[in-house]
Amino acid sequence: MIARRAFVLIAMCSVLAFGCSRKDAGADVAGAAVSLNGAGATFPYPLYSKWMAAYNQLHPEIRINYQSIGSGGGIRQVIAGTVDFGASDTALTESERKKSAAPLHHIPTTIGAVVVAYNLEGVQELRLSGDLLADIFLGKITKWSDPRIAAQNEGAPLPDRTIAVVHRSDGSGTSAIFTEYLGRVSPEWERSVGVGKSVRWPTGLGAKGNEGVTGQIKTTPGAIGYTELAYARQNGLSVAALRNRAGEFVVPELSAISKAAENAELSEDLHGSLTDADGSGVYPIAAYTYLLVHGDARDPVKGEALAKFLWWAIHDGQRFAAELDYAPLPAKVVTRIEERLRSLKAAGKPLLSEL
Amino acid sequence: MAQPVQSPSVPVSRAPSKRARGEGNVGDAVFRWLTAAFAATVVVTLLAMAAEMVGASWLSIREFGAEFIVSRDWNPVTEEFGALPFIYGTVVSSLLALAISVPISFGVAIFLSEMAPDWLRNPLGFLVELLAAVPSVVYGLWGIFALAPWMRDTVEPALREHLGFLPFFQGPNQGYGMLTGGVVLAIMITPTISSVSREVLRVVPRTFREAALGLGATRWETIATAVIPVARSGLVGAVILGLGRALGETMAITMLIGNRPEIDVSLFAPAYTMASVIANEFTEATEDLYLAALAEIGLLLFLVTVLLNVLARLLVWRVQAQGGAAT
Repeated sequence: MIARRAFVLIAMCSVLAFGCSRKDAGADVAGAAVSLNGAGATFPYPLYSKWMAAYNQLHPEIRINYQSIGSGGGIRQVIAGTVDFGASDTALTESERKKSAAPLHHIPTTIGAVVVAYNLEGVQELRLSGDLLADIFLGKITKWSDPRIAAQNEGAPLPDRTIAVVHRSDGSGTSAIFTEYLGRVSPEWERSVGVGKSVRWPTGLGAKGNEGVTGQIKTTPGAIGYTELAYARQNGLSVAALRNRAGEFVVPELSAISKAAENAELSEDLHGSLTDADGSGVYPIAAYTYLLVHGDARDPVKGEALAKFLWWAIHDGQRFAAELDYAPLPAKVVTRIEERLRSLKAAGKPLLSEL
Repeated sequence: MAQPVQSPSVPVSRAPSKRARGEGNVGDAVFRWLTAAFAATVVVTLLAMAAEMVGASWLSIREFGAEFIVSRDWNPVTEEFGALPFIYGTVVSSLLALAISVPISFGVAIFLSEMAPDWLRNPLGFLVELLAAVPSVVYGLWGIFALAPWMRDTVEPALREHLGFLPFFQGPNQGYGMLTGGVVLAIMITPTISSVSREVLRVVPRTFREAALGLGATRWETIATAVIPVARSGLVGAVILGLGRALGETMAITMLIGNRPEIDVSLFAPAYTMASVIANEFTEATEDLYLAALAEIGLLLFLVTVLLNVLARLLVWRVQAQGGAAT
């Protein structure tokens, strides 16, 4: 069995490699072809692949390949220099930054949201405050009929059922964003569990991937879990309205997610946290996703192609975001990224001189 | 006149003669070295893998030492790593799968080789092999949408009602857990064990069965006394193959076992396996110690597999020795 599988895999790879190399050869003959390779986060993959296809139609000489191998792998590969750019759902940590020989810059590309989905028959709307959500995921509230849930949901037909908590079992940026939010709203969460792509969950079942979490929520009455916005929308899951800092209960709409970025601080290196952000109408569990690029490109031709693609992505590319359930970057953030892109260099020479 | 092939006076050596080994002929010599080289690749690959895994997990081995195997703590945030819940989950889920699958598989094999009418034998055998070809992610999805709800609403409440006095069937049941993981593994290894067992039973010479029947044995007695004892070591081999698949299975069990690194005597409780934690956490692990801990889990899985295979091999030898004494 395994041998057969391995054989099929090898056969497929060689067919792919053959196909690609032929295409490359053809493009080289046409002249000035640039091929960029990137790897990283799976979360923005639908948007990136749409961008790369659309950009390739506009500029047939530039081909961008992106492998969605996970943020961790993307960071490792861009540090090792095996790809031209990386992608990550979380900002680089201090130790990762130190490992990189050349400085890496964060370029926010879009904003995603994590939603709290549940399976309760007859409950159309569920309203939860952050501390309540944290206590559910800490295992301190175990029944849907708990008076604290009822207090926030007057009139909702909450059953006397055990709450089945579902979380991601695989390391994921989605979990990092969700645990960051829980840590912000609950000191106990911060202290006893912490924030990360994989954490030691105090309670609940682990499901693999967004699809696994979605499947378990759908088939388990009384379940509560978190997924990316797109998964919950496409699968018709019921999602909870969460209480933001301003005290309003907000459902995850793209406008409410973009609003989080309008008010949040963005660091000098263009990364920032959007969870539990200030402001009215803000949805509280949102996050940037980043591309990681070298400040000083080794290959000027590739560097220029990448900078131009990024310029396109933060302007024209943003209109593809909404249809794929990502929130577009607010104008204020785009201006900051423009500055950064203008500062990108190759061998000391700015890459975007004519823009 | 038929000549005897070998005169009794020539000593019969078990090792092949010089000529049979391919010495004295250039083509044969090349062929011999070539096959030896291929055989060596197996050994080299195995050793290289072991060395590579020890190298990759060295940081973790140095940091935690033997504590790694007995600690129950797995916390990537604080970088404390212990493998015991994963070892427990892998071993228990695999043994559970064997406990469910072996009787069924042997039943299937005996029916197919001894009882089934000719017209049914081949189509049924084909169907069994077809089950083995279903990709494991399909079993996993089927598990989420069909098996887990059925376990939660039907099987587990029934077990609790009738066998609830046993600690294995107590506590909350959510349909995802050790038992459901074991059941899906059992379904996945049944085709492997039953098709290999069927082949093993088939090669038992027809004369053995005829002799037993001739002595007045019933069908049952024939199978129990003349067929199974002869096939015994082959049957154990079939079980080892199934066990190997159960130990290494990743996708389907990850989707159903609940992925919780805890040791709970209840089979309803969620658990975690070694292969699952590697598949789940490796892609997003960036810290060196974390990666090394995951690599060490891989190394331990390797060792557990080797250990169980050696045990099974010893079992085969013992069984063979007993079989030899009986005949």
